[in-house]
Amino acid sequence: MFWGSRKTIDMNYFPDEVLEHVFDFITSHKDRNSVSLVCKSWYKIEKYSRQRVFLGNCYSISPERLIARFPGLKSLTLKGKPHFADFNLVPDDWGGFLYPWIKAMAKSRIGLEELRLKRMVVSDESLELLSESFPNFKSLVLVSCEGFTTDGLAAIAANCRFLRELDLQENEVEDHRGHWLSCFPESCTSLVSLNFACLKGEINLASLERLVARSPNLKSLRLNRAVPFDTLQRLLIRAPQLVDLGTGSYVHDPSSEAYNKLKAAIQNCNSIRSLSGFLEVAPCCMSAIYPICENLTFLNLSYAAGLQSNELTKLIHHCRKLQRLWILDCIGDKGLGVVASTCKELQELRVFPSDPFDAGNAAVTEEGLVLISAGCPKLNSLLYFCQQMTNAALITVAKNCTNFIRFRLCILDPIKPDPVTNQPLDEGFGAIVRSCKGLKRLSLSGLLTDQVFYYIGMYAKKLEMLSIAFAGNSDKGMLYVLNGCKKLRKLEIRDCPFGDTALLEDMGKYETMRSLWMSTCEVTLGACKVLAKKMPSLNVEIINGSEQTEFNLDDRQKVDKMYLYRTLVGHRKDAPEFVWLL
Amino acid sequence: MESSSTYENGLNLKATELRLGLPGTTDEETAVPCVRNNKRPLQEDAAAADEKCGANGKSESQNETAPPSKAQIVGWPPVQSYRKNNLQAKKHETEAGIYVKVSMDGAPYLRKIDLRVYKGYPQLLQALENMFKFTAGEYSEREGYKGSDYAPTYEDKDGDWMLVGDVPWQMFITSCKRLRIMKASEARGLGCGTV
Repeated sequence: MFWGSRKTIDMNYFPDEVLEHVFDFITSHKDRNSVSLVCKSWYKIEKYSRQRVFLGNCYSISPERLIARFPGLKSLTLKGKPHFADFNLVPDDWGGFLYPWIKAMAKSRIGLEELRLKRMVVSDESLELLSESFPNFKSLVLVSCEGFTTDGLAAIAANCRFLRELDLQENEVEDHRGHWLSCFPESCTSLVSLNFACLKGEINLASLERLVARSPNLKSLRLNRAVPFDTLQRLLIRAPQLVDLGTGSYVHDPSSEAYNKLKAAIQNCNSIRSLSGFLEVAPCCMSAIYPICENLTFLNLSYAAGLQSNELTKLIHHCRKLQRLWILDCIGDKGLGVVASTCKELQELRVFPSDPFDAGNAAVTEEGLVLISAGCPKLNSLLYFCQQMTNAALITVAKNCTNFIRFRLCILDPIKPDPVTNQPLDEGFGAIVRSCKGLKRLSLSGLLTDQVFYYIGMYAKKLEMLSIAFAGNSDKGMLYVLNGCKKLRKLEIRDCPFGDTALLEDMGKYETMRSLWMSTCEVTLGACKVLAKKMPSLNVEIINGSEQTEFNLDDRQKVDKMYLYRTLVGHRKDAPEFVWLL
Repeated sequence: MESSSTYENGLNLKATELRLGLPGTTDEETAVPCVRNNKRPLQEDAAAADEKCGANGKSESQNETAPPSKAQIVGWPPVQSYRKNNLQAKKHETEAGIYVKVSMDGAPYLRKIDLRVYKGYPQLLQALENMFKFTAGEYSEREGYKGSDYAPTYEDKDGDWMLVGDVPWQMFITSCKRLRIMKASEARGLGCGTV
């Protein structure tokens, strides 16, 4: 048609709408970013057609600039506090406030439909404004957030007429017991996903039942502890189409009528593929769920402290199709052996400590991990809290499972050597990074020297996130990582002997990364100041512990906590007193 | 690369050594990670402060100069605080002891026992027998405790006096308010003959 004697097709010959249609098929953020760099016309088309934006650090850009850049924004993902905030290393009020984003988007009449937040401070005010400003709002996902109460949820329920998803994961919510559930109007029938497992207070059970009854599209329902056994049974009768279920309290007398009714109701729910909850559990009632275990692909028992190893293994025996398993360490090494011989499709395993305070008592060791690696060759994601680990075990695991994308090992005693050889665990982790060429995320623990970082810099070429604690001997360790890991995006370090030399060697490197966290290391205030001065594209924040109320001007002073991140907008205006922006 | 002598004798003093040298320098080739536990006062994890700080998770290779016990290291183990708070609450619920008073007819004072300590009736009866120096006899559903001068009974949530052994163990420990080792002559009215 248009080609004539041309050998190449001139893409600019096509009208914008055609290019836009083509770009619709490009969904990954990275690819869309690349598209926008090709030429001005592509930049413009991509800019107006972009609907989904992911911001790994909410302070890397301002709300106003984001809106100007992508005026067609419909779905926004924001992450706030640094990861170590999960472990109480970041004081409250550090930042990560949602309100300015909602205010700016409301003012610019952005057609927001979806908001996903992680580690942000979300006030009731921001939830109320959100619910009133975006008529097409459909989906709210809050993970590890805080600052809101059930009043804010009531506003969402009452005002978001087309709400499809309200997903609250592990948030600290002040529960005012204000019957927020009853605020969903009778006309709301669009719910697909409702997760309120993290709420601590009572729930209006009658409202819940009516809500579920009028939500024919409901696929995912996760209840909190206040929802008792018999309500669960009635909900299952109304929603046999559920794909994802999180039980609330799961305690009852197995000889009762209610129990039999639940057994019958569950057997009817043959679409359930994902099961979690059991926030309170009576072991004798677990057999009721055996019929749905066959088809489960995700099982999360990591809050079910009432289940012992034998009950867990009895249950696991039925779960042959499991792909993801989250469990407490009371399952023990032998229990993990049962997992290894039953769950051949397993891709992700997380073993949490059932007693996170008494570090002497993790119930799993390197043996359980070796068994898993031998039985589950598809394993690609691991989080494993254990009593001890050996180099030999890690080397075996590396041989058996070469597909790891995420490998997070936490030995409860932070500097424990290999108990058999008394050697550091350098060789074991070295084997992991050598063998798993696709490794993107790694967390280390145990006794470790600079050598492990040598291996990481040498072999972990795809590594994006690295978490280090109580490891290394000298600046060389940190330098191996900074120089070798070309794809590194997030580096978080605590209690390691890395100092100014390592920090300042390659300052440009930090512009290629999202963020760097260093706490209780050897970095001095003077070095941080040098870095901040030389790199205006970075925000260098010093977070002070509560005992340091005065600005100590001595540049030789070691900083307690330093958090630096690249940004397009310079110093943030909302930093509290105890955060010094250099 | 490392000699193992530092660890052999179990002292591992290097790990706790205060280092004043510049970062990046080491005194000897067997440098080990510098655990800076003495330089700054550690803030006790608020939640961990509630736990017994005597919880001793030290491994074999550390002695009294070792890093502070794990309860004092802020943010370790790296478990999300939400998860820590929720598991902790449940731990107290599922493992709190069930202490009940035990009286025996004719004994000058009462005793107290923790029902959670026992796995079932045989262990409980054994413990009572040892504590009060008597024998409970053979239990049967029909005849109660045969061959003994005493019978173990308990007061349940409704205030009724029941013979120990009739209901499943889990149900028993959640409904038992106190125990009484009754003289067999008085106990004749319970168990057999009624129903």
